[in-house]
Amino acid sequence: MSKRDIREPFIPERDKGLTPTIECIGLGIDFGGLTAVDDFNFTLGRTEIGGLIGPNGAGKTTVFNLLTKVYQPTRGQMLLLGRDTKDMTTADANCAGIARTFQNIRLFKDLTVLENVLIGLHNEIHYTLPEAIFRLPRYWHAEKVARERAIDLLSIFNMQDMADDIAGSLPYGAQRRLEIVRALATNPTLLLLDEPAAGMNPSETAELMETIRHIRDMFKISILLIEHDMNLVMGICEGIAVLNYGRLIAKGTPEEIKNDPNVIEAYLGKKEC
Amino acid sequence: MKKKMVHIPMPWRYVINAAAIAVIFLIFMVLSSAGVITNYYSKILMLIGINMILAVSLNLATGYLGQLPLGHAGFMAVGAYASGIFMRTASGLPTGLAVLLSIIIAAVVAGIFGFLIGIPALRLKGDYLAIITLGFGEIIRVVLLNIDSVLGFNFTYGAASLKNIPKTTTFTVTFLCVVVVCFFIHTMMKSRQGRAILSIRENEIAAESCGIKTTYYKTMAFVASAAFAGVAGSLYAGYLGILNPANFGFMKSIEILVMVVLGGMGSMIGSLLSATVLSALPEMLRAFSDYRMVAYSLLLILVMIFKPSGLMGTYDFSFTRLFGGLLGKKTGDSTVGKESGE
Repeated sequence: MSKRDIREPFIPERDKGLTPTIECIGLGIDFGGLTAVDDFNFTLGRTEIGGLIGPNGAGKTTVFNLLTKVYQPTRGQMLLLGRDTKDMTTADANCAGIARTFQNIRLFKDLTVLENVLIGLHNEIHYTLPEAIFRLPRYWHAEKVARERAIDLLSIFNMQDMADDIAGSLPYGAQRRLEIVRALATNPTLLLLDEPAAGMNPSETAELMETIRHIRDMFKISILLIEHDMNLVMGICEGIAVLNYGRLIAKGTPEEIKNDPNVIEAYLGKKEC
Repeated sequence: MKKKMVHIPMPWRYVINAAAIAVIFLIFMVLSSAGVITNYYSKILMLIGINMILAVSLNLATGYLGQLPLGHAGFMAVGAYASGIFMRTASGLPTGLAVLLSIIIAAVVAGIFGFLIGIPALRLKGDYLAIITLGFGEIIRVVLLNIDSVLGFNFTYGAASLKNIPKTTTFTVTFLCVVVVCFFIHTMMKSRQGRAILSIRENEIAAESCGIKTTYYKTMAFVASAAFAGVAGSLYAGYLGILNPANFGFMKSIEILVMVVLGGMGSMIGSLLSATVLSALPEMLRAFSDYRMVAYSLLLILVMIFKPSGLMGTYDFSFTRLFGGLLGKKTGDSTVGKESGE
């Protein structure tokens, strides 16, 4: 029914010549007898902001868990910058360039804001354990550089003054932002945001939209987000994929998605004649 | 909520901490030469020191890594026997060198055992980890008890006890070991490796998605914890001069765990404090020997009711902060917790 073939890759014009950030080919996963995601074909351009939407229980977060290797796919293949990600662990996937935030915030909530970001910078800091224990010059140098970098990252969200606060004591919105900062600290090529605007008021959401665009332009990365707030999705996503019952039902620009009969049916049900 | 930050620069922090430790040490030295600290008290102080090392080392696995191992006495036993056997054979070496070597050997051997046990055990979590480490701890004890008669040579002397170990553990050696172990654990926890360990306690899934190889860091913390328990074991061997597997049973592991929990998981000063209290209490209450265990249990119950996070929660003491406070200022982050008043 949809005008665009959902098996065809869809990425913005400007990213056409480059290897896509991720390319999923027939990705699927079963939990016992339940097929949670099936035949997931998806491509994300190098500087694209993509959206993944769908009704509750459609399998969006499962897709994120597949991309970050929390789950290993039962079927299909996933290429990260053209590289097969088979047998990678979650930590490997992060080192290879995938960072994420969580739907239910997972901060290191008894640690300070700064420590949270420093943990994100873990693989950017280089010194060995003996160097740390005996506090050799490399330790001091690397820690100083990391702290400066962490403060720089926090200042994207204007959070540099909260550096010494305990993460769990921050207001909800700030916790969400801190999670994004922590994900950015891992120096990703792909940032996955799981409902970044959940629980935010309209003006915070508008601000978040600006920030997401700003992050994309500043770090030249691709961003894929799951979101129920259609203003946000339609406002910033260049390509949108719609999932229902674990299957892709539509793919395209915001305009195409808004008018896609399959999508309308999935969200609102069939029109009675 | 913002504190006024007056940063005491780094070399000065070391000076303050080193000076504070030296002062504490000197006080003890003066007291013992003045005859205030008798031989009896000096023994108790050494026992406190050994228990402090055990508590801070278990705190590394329990408080910082967030796991619940119940086999700590096993690692202590491995260290104690390794050091005891070494000291019996190394009578030719000068005492100082022999003691240093015995401590290092104990740490290395216990660390190796920590690695061997940690690899399978750390695949499990929570209660299951507790049970499997408890099992391994008991295995170590039973092996030490029976290995001689099974293999047919005199190695650990089983139930007859490993005797005639030179009693080389002095107050000074214990004090130095406590300071060094606390310093190592403190600097380790303030590094990227330490933060990785803390992140596993806080949220393992998030840690992994931050690119932290959780299995690696779990093993690292577990091995370090076992190695420091080995140091305590080595001191214990030189303190008693006789080792019997029965000293390293399940109850010993529980005793160490109680110290950590009472002091507050993740607080080094808490572990040091509760190790002091729980080691000194049985001695101080000797006059009321019938009620000793009652007082002990009562203390635990009261702490659990009124301060479930432990005496100190996760608070860490810092001489630098105290010093800054005395000057009427507040300093930034907490510095070295190597303040080990025995």
